[in-house]
Amino acid sequence: MIGTTPATYAPEAVRKRLQGKRFDAKGFAFSACLLAALLITVTLLAVLLYDVINGGWSVLTSRPIEFLTGSLSSAAADAGIGQGLRGTFFIAVFVILVAFPIGIGAAIYLEEYAPSTRLTRLIDVNIRNLAGVPSVVYGLLGFAIFVKALGSFTGPDANGRTVISAGLTLAILVLPIVIITSAEAIRAVPDSLREAGFGVGATRWEVIRSHVLPYAGPGILTGTVLALARALGEAAPLILVGATTGFLSGGDSYNLASLQGRFTAMPMVIYNWTGRPQPGFETATAAAIVVLLAVVLVANATAILLRNRYEKRR
Amino acid sequence: MPPEARTKRPTAGSGIPASRANVARPVARRGGDPASSSPVFRLDDLSVYYGSFKAVRNVSMSIPQQQITAFIGPSGCGKTTLLRCLNRMNDLVDIARVEGKVLYHGVDLYDEQVNPVEVRRRIGMVFQKPNPFPKSIYDNITFGPKVAGVKGNLEEIVERSLRRAALWDEVKDRLKDSAMGLSGGQQQRLCIARALAVDPEVILMDEPCSALDPIATGRIEDLMEEIKTDYTIVIVTHNMQQAARVSDMCAFFTAEINEHSDTRTGILVEFDRTETMFSNPQDERTENYVTGRFG
Ligand SMILES: Nc1ncnc2c1ncn2[C@@H]1O[C@H](COP(=O)(O)OP(=O)(O)OP(=O)(O)O)[C@@H](O)[C@H]1O
Ligand SMILES: [Mg+2]
Repeated sequence: MIGTTPATYAPEAVRKRLQGKRFDAKGFAFSACLLAALLITVTLLAVLLYDVINGGWSVLTSRPIEFLTGSLSSAAADAGIGQGLRGTFFIAVFVILVAFPIGIGAAIYLEEYAPSTRLTRLIDVNIRNLAGVPSVVYGLLGFAIFVKALGSFTGPDANGRTVISAGLTLAILVLPIVIITSAEAIRAVPDSLREAGFGVGATRWEVIRSHVLPYAGPGILTGTVLALARALGEAAPLILVGATTGFLSGGDSYNLASLQGRFTAMPMVIYNWTGRPQPGFETATAAAIVVLLAVVLVANATAILLRNRYEKRR
Repeated sequence: MPPEARTKRPTAGSGIPASRANVARPVARRGGDPASSSPVFRLDDLSVYYGSFKAVRNVSMSIPQQQITAFIGPSGCGKTTLLRCLNRMNDLVDIARVEGKVLYHGVDLYDEQVNPVEVRRRIGMVFQKPNPFPKSIYDNITFGPKVAGVKGNLEEIVERSLRRAALWDEVKDRLKDSAMGLSGGQQQRLCIARALAVDPEVILMDEPCSALDPIATGRIEDLMEEIKTDYTIVIVTHNMQQAARVSDMCAFFTAEINEHSDTRTGILVEFDRTETMFSNPQDERTENYVTGRFG
């Protein structure tokens, strides 16, 4: 007991002490602020969603197939996003094939193999900074490397302004994000798990493959899919690597040979249509935004489904 | 098993009956002086550093074969550090560094030619906190044999290891269930079974019972008693009664304050047969420590 007065344990006295001060004003105010922050966010999102869905609804309902498969056109009534979807699809493929393995590999090396020297820490800090570099800068980089220097490989007939250049540029753009989120997930694996693996005579590789990666897998998956969503939404680098804005012949083929031709992608289509004065493009833009949102949503949903399945097997 | 095996425990009569199971290999030197049996480890002027901090210094001792050797001493005196040197687990700590020698059957474990993976395959470890893999009970046991390249009858290994760890009856119907669903005591026995599954020569145990109730502790002590005919065991414990009950040899460590810095470095104070350590220690510090805990 603190204090010197003898405690009384009469039920009434005990009850009085236990009931104490009921209303926690500061705590209430704090939680009210938090709730307000959440409500503001949700409201803004809801308004945004309502706005684009409302705006694009007429297009998506009146000519859905034509809109999803059609080509760019100067007449809003004929314009479609087939070419944009195709470009965005190939960008996703490049990001998944290039940024994911390189990024996850780099993260594993940094966390599991690299000795913690000053050089390692320097690299770590720099990767973090790279994630904050504006996307235009990556666009410039992509323009210099993939469009100019490697043009003969990325697209000899299109001056390098192809979906290959765009895909590789965006892969580089999200690489730091993939590395950081994967490294974070790997760092969250408890050391006791690694020790358990080493303790029965496993090699580092066996410990990583059998225990570290399965444990970090869901976290890595979440991070990489967020990075993918970021890549699919970027417009600035597309402008710099020369995505087409006006008329585009072909450019909706999923044939691999078409990769070296001119291209466009969803953010570019949206960006371009927004600026058009002709009537009708306003609704077409809204419809395109709805479709891009849906694509990103599907990617995220897939990641969540995969993660849930994966976690259950733990 | 000769009955006198029990009477040599200083505090036998702890109420936990040691169950005696069939053992594979014949027992040599039963009742003989444990200190005189051939050493598995010989530590030669071993010091361990974490960066510039000297955690343990100048330890020389011989750990006998097929005996249980206990490390006791106050918190922070470097028992875990020393134990982890015996199977090169300290390699995983970037800043850890050893000076001096750890000889395993005469071979320097820190020789450049020695592969730490091979070392750990032969010198298994059970950690203070149960750390099963977040996988099925079955996979927990079979991981070690699999990476060791054992082909064929994994089921048999699983059953044998779990039986030895006194866990088989409790889990035999749910081998495919996650090990995370076991109780703490069951998890620790699973970790012991996992260590046994690769059939090591030595098992290092770092306070294996610190999170367990007396019944689970008793089970694990019985188990150690049983398997020591096949394995050499080194155990760190804070529990004096446990050290007295299970160990043949006992090493007492303490931490000394360094003169010029405000740090403490662990030293080996006394190493002898457990009976001697508890009944007639040579060093006053040992006596204070063991009697202090006994009241
Ligand atoms: N990874 C580490 N890095 C730096 N210092 C460490 C590390 N591990 C242990 N130490 C230090 O080494 C000393 C010995 O630690 P150790 O864990 O070996 O003690 P212990 O005898 O096992 O203690 P306890 O009985 O509490 O487990 C302590 O001062 C501790 O702070
Ligand atoms: Mg310890």
